[in-house]
Formats: sequence, structure tokens, C-alpha cells
Amino acid sequence: MSEAPLIELEGITKTFGTGPAAFQALKGVDLAIERGDFVAVMGPSGSGKSTTMNILGCLDVPTSGVFKFRGVEVQSLSRDQRSLLRRRYLGFVFQGFNLLARTTALENVELPLLYRGETKKARREAAERSLDKVGLLPWATHTPAELSGGQQQRVAIARALVTDPDVLLADEPTGNLDSERSIEIMELLADLSKTGITVLMVTHEEEMAEYARTIVHFRDGLVERIDRGLKAGASA
Amino acid sequence: MRMLGSTLLLAIREIRRHLLRSFLTTLGIIIGVASVVTMVTLGQGLTADVQDDLAGLGSDVFIVFPRQPDINVPRRPFEEEDIRAVRNQIAGVQFAAGAVFSNATAFHNGQDWQTSVNGASREFFSAQNIDIGEGRSFTDQEEDRGESVCIVGTTLVEKIFVEDQVLGEEMRLNNVSCTVIGIADERSGSNIGGGNDANDIVYMPLKTVQRRLIGSDDIQFFVVKYDPSYSTITIQNQLVDLLRERRVVQDGEDNNFDVIDSQEISDTVGGIFQAMTGVVAIIAAISLIVGGIGIMNIMLVSVTERTREIGIRLAIGALAKEVRLQFLTEAVVLCCFGGLIGIGIAFGLSVMLAGVMDLPFLFNPALNIGAFLFSALMGVAFGYYPAHRASKLDPIDALRHE
Repeated sequence: MSEAPLIELEGITKTFGTGPAAFQALKGVDLAIERGDFVAVMGPSGSGKSTTMNILGCLDVPTSGVFKFRGVEVQSLSRDQRSLLRRRYLGFVFQGFNLLARTTALENVELPLLYRGETKKARREAAERSLDKVGLLPWATHTPAELSGGQQQRVAIARALVTDPDVLLADEPTGNLDSERSIEIMELLADLSKTGITVLMVTHEEEMAEYARTIVHFRDGLVERIDRGLKAGASA
Repeated sequence: MRMLGSTLLLAIREIRRHLLRSFLTTLGIIIGVASVVTMVTLGQGLTADVQDDLAGLGSDVFIVFPRQPDINVPRRPFEEEDIRAVRNQIAGVQFAAGAVFSNATAFHNGQDWQTSVNGASREFFSAQNIDIGEGRSFTDQEEDRGESVCIVGTTLVEKIFVEDQVLGEEMRLNNVSCTVIGIADERSGSNIGGGNDANDIVYMPLKTVQRRLIGSDDIQFFVVKYDPSYSTITIQNQLVDLLRERRVVQDGEDNNFDVIDSQEISDTVGGIFQAMTGVVAIIAAISLIVGGIGIMNIMLVSVTERTREIGIRLAIGALAKEVRLQFLTEAVVLCCFGGLIGIGIAFGLSVMLAGVMDLPFLFNPALNIGAFLFSALMGVAFGYYPAHRASKLDPIDALRHE
């Protein structure tokens, strides 16, 4: 635990708009996340949790402050450099699944590898491995329309995992699922975090957050409270 | 390179997914390419056809006609002496051969046919690229004495002769009888001395026609064949000077004759047809531009429709230039397909229309390759803006897009 945290936020602010219409979504967030942690980010809407996730996902840059990922100051990187960072180290899972329609599960999972310039054979093998991890290999040739919500989300997780990312970012991953499917997804994420992947998840459901080892509570653009060493952590 | 391969794959996948829409999108390009290629192909066929006709005038040849300087002054024909002077006094002239044309009714086997009679010489035949297919040409003696021998064109053979009973037969032109000694090869185009069918003709030695048929020593026109290593202009100037002197044209007066350069006619007419083809092609190309705008329109719609997809791609680490390349590739692939289909249609259409219009079908590889490359270029030109828009999307906004 002596090495520097994987993710460090120092005095992060984010302001949308300018002049009188300006809205400060983040007002100075400090946060450190260790490698291999399973973090749930909670808070009411408008508390800044989504904005923080966008910054952590290198999709957005803070207005001020320092965001270090693997020791690199992300806020000063260009758009393309952040893309390369996402491509190499991050995997995304969204509330709305965001799979490509009319595209098979396997092709969806292969997608990130296309941008890595992998050969067709390597893409296929990695995608099949990844689909197998989420238990959907038999559904490889099905399109999203032929899959249930829970299955679609598992395909999305397989897509996020196919590049062996350091961090999996999940934005309300169970938001569109019933409770039974939600539990399946959460158990999958908890299992993944045990394999060493750092999982960052935004949720507003207490039951889902309970799977995490660390819960970060947001309120009014600030970190209100951090609960560390919870249930999942005990089993590690 | 591998990136391009996978982008190509994505593009083809996307096009296949929306087959009907892709087809309709590229219809403008299909029609544009098909019309341009068809027009140019037919235009070139027409040009070749006309130039082929004009080739009957011969090459490195001047044709000299008398001109009426004034409506009240009769046209002054040439004399045998004029031609001898041209032949002997101008360096570079290989020969000069006079000719006369007349109309006559040809009789044979109880059949009759109105035809043209061309009084000429072997030199004239060679300058005019007239070949004797069967039988023989005139002899020196026949030409010098003006004997009653004749060479017939294929149309005439068809009209009044029985097949394989032509050579050695006697036929009558008006009231002059002659022996058929040869059949001229079929030629395209019309007669230099009038008549629409170059094969509807009887050739006789010049003197025979002058004395027996026309009853005058006048020469209606003559051809001058020159050595191509001499300058055309120099020979033409010498020819004009000599004829002005011989035909007593005062300084300041217009020539009472015309010297026509066969190559010049061929070039001029060819140039006119080429220009016409170009104009028609440009008009057809407008439909190609309209087709390109159609591509841009659909690509813009497609970018909006697929905003979320673009968001996903950006989120998982696609670079702006990769997204741009993807959409650009889609547009280019669409246009290339359109170009290929258009070229295929143009091929079929050109073959069909060339058949109907009785023109030669000339497949022009450069034109077809050019049309294909141009359609690809249209893809780049009209696909760039939509692709650029796609690449500039913000991933967060794009992911939120409904």
C-alpha cells in the first residue's frame, strides 16, 4: 500500500457555462482511489457524482485542480491523448447499455479491439474469452434486440473487459434492470474487482452500493463522506 | 494499414445494414456516372465514325477546287497544264492527279441504276485511299488513251450485277459502253464529288470520262499528294502562288480556287465533335454533382442518427481522426459502389445505343477508370464535412443523445 494511489483528485472544480448562467458542479473535490478497489459513488442528482465520473473516465476535463491517473496529470492532456488513455486503461459500462444496434454481441465486444489494430483472429479470440467471462458465449451471434436487459448489460461488461482495463467505470449499471438482474450484475462486478480490476460505479441505490468496499458520498459538488473497508473488502 | 482494413470492414458492414438506403443514396452517383460515361463513349464513337469517313480524303493530301469569286463570273476549271505545273514546279509534291465527276445511268443485264462516275487515275486512287479489291486497276495505256474500262463500287455491283459475274462484263453508262475490270473495296462515308454513298460509284480513266461522257477537257478538281517530311504550310503557299499566277489572279484579288488540307478538315471536324462531347459530358456531370450532394445529405442524417454510436466509439477510445476516417470511408465506399454500378450501366447502354445509332462502340479504359476515380473523389469531397462533424462530437453529449 506504499505505492501512490491509482487515481488522485486534488481540488477539482468544474463549472458549466459562463457569466451569470454559470453553474459550478464541482466545488473542490479531493479523492484518492487505490488499485483494485471497488468504489461506489453515491449522492442525490445534481450532487456532482456524474460530473466526477466523466472526469475520472477522461471524457471531460476539470475547470481547475489536478487529476492524476497512474501518476499522469490528465487535465493537461489533449483530447486525443485522453482517447488513447481510455483505449488502453479504461472500460465503460453505461446505464442504457449502449450497444451498437443490429450488431452481434461478439461484434460489439470486438469493437474496442478494432481501435487497437488487433488482427481479426486475435479480436475474435479475445471477444469470445470476454463473453465467456460474463457467461454469454452461447449468445455471441445474437443482436442486442434479441437479448434481455441483463444480458445486454453483460455484453457491455464483456466489451469493457475485452481490453483488460485497469479501471472499469460503471454509470448506474443496474439503473435499467429489475432487482434480480441487478444482483447478477453486481455480483459480476464484485467478482471482477477481486481479480484486480478497479471498479468505479455510480449508483443511487443503497443495495447496489453495499457490494462496494468503498462508498463515496457526494453532496452539493463536494465529497461529503467516504466509507472504507466495507463488506466486499472484508472477504478479500 | 490494418486500421484502414478494419475501417473498410465497418463501412461495408454499415452499408449492408441499410442496403436500400445505401442504394438510394448512391443512385445520384450511379445516374451521373452512367450518363457521363455513356455520353462520352457515344461521342467518341461518333467522332471516330466521322473521322473514319474523312479518312477517305487521304492524308498528306491537298484537295484543290475552283472557286467562284463572284456570282457573275463563271467558275473556272483547271487544265491539264495546271496539274503538270504543280507536279513539276513544287518541291515535295509526290504527284498531282485531276479528277472529274459526272452523273450517269448505268445499264447492265436489263437493269438500270442512277450513279456517279468519277474520272480518275491510279494516283488519285492512292491519294484517296481507294483500294481495288477484286480485278485490277487501270494501266498506263488505258489512262493515256482514255480507254473504255471501269471499276465499280460495291453498291452498284449489288444493284445491277449478278454476284460473281462482274469482272469482264460489259456495262453501259448513258451511251458509253465499258468493260468492268475491277471492284473497289467497300468504303465508309460519302463521295467527294457528291452522293451519300461512297460505294455507289463507277471509276473510269480521267480522259475517258472527259472525252466520252462529258465532252470537255476541263478538270473539276485535283488532289496533291506531298512528302510528309516537307512543311505543309510551305507547300500550300507555293501551291497557292503557282495557281494564282497560272489563273491570272491580280494582286489584292481573292483566290479563284480553294486549297483544302485533308488533315485540317479531319482535325477541325474531330475537334468540333470532341467539343460537343465535352459539353454534353459537362451537362451530364451536373447530375454527378447533384448525386454528391445527395451523399452529403444522407451522411449528415446518418451522423445525427448515429450520434450515440459515435459517443460509444469515442468513449472506448476512438480518436477523432478514426471516427472521421470511418465516416469518410463510408461515403467513399458508397460512391465507389455507385461508380462501379454506373460504369456497368454505361457499358450496357453504350453497346445498345451504339448498335441502334449504327456507331462503333469504343471502350475507353481511361474514361472508365477516370469515372471510377472521380466518383471516389466525390465521396471524399462530399463525405468530408459530415465525417468532420462526427469527429468533433463531444463524447458525453453524444452518449446522452436520444
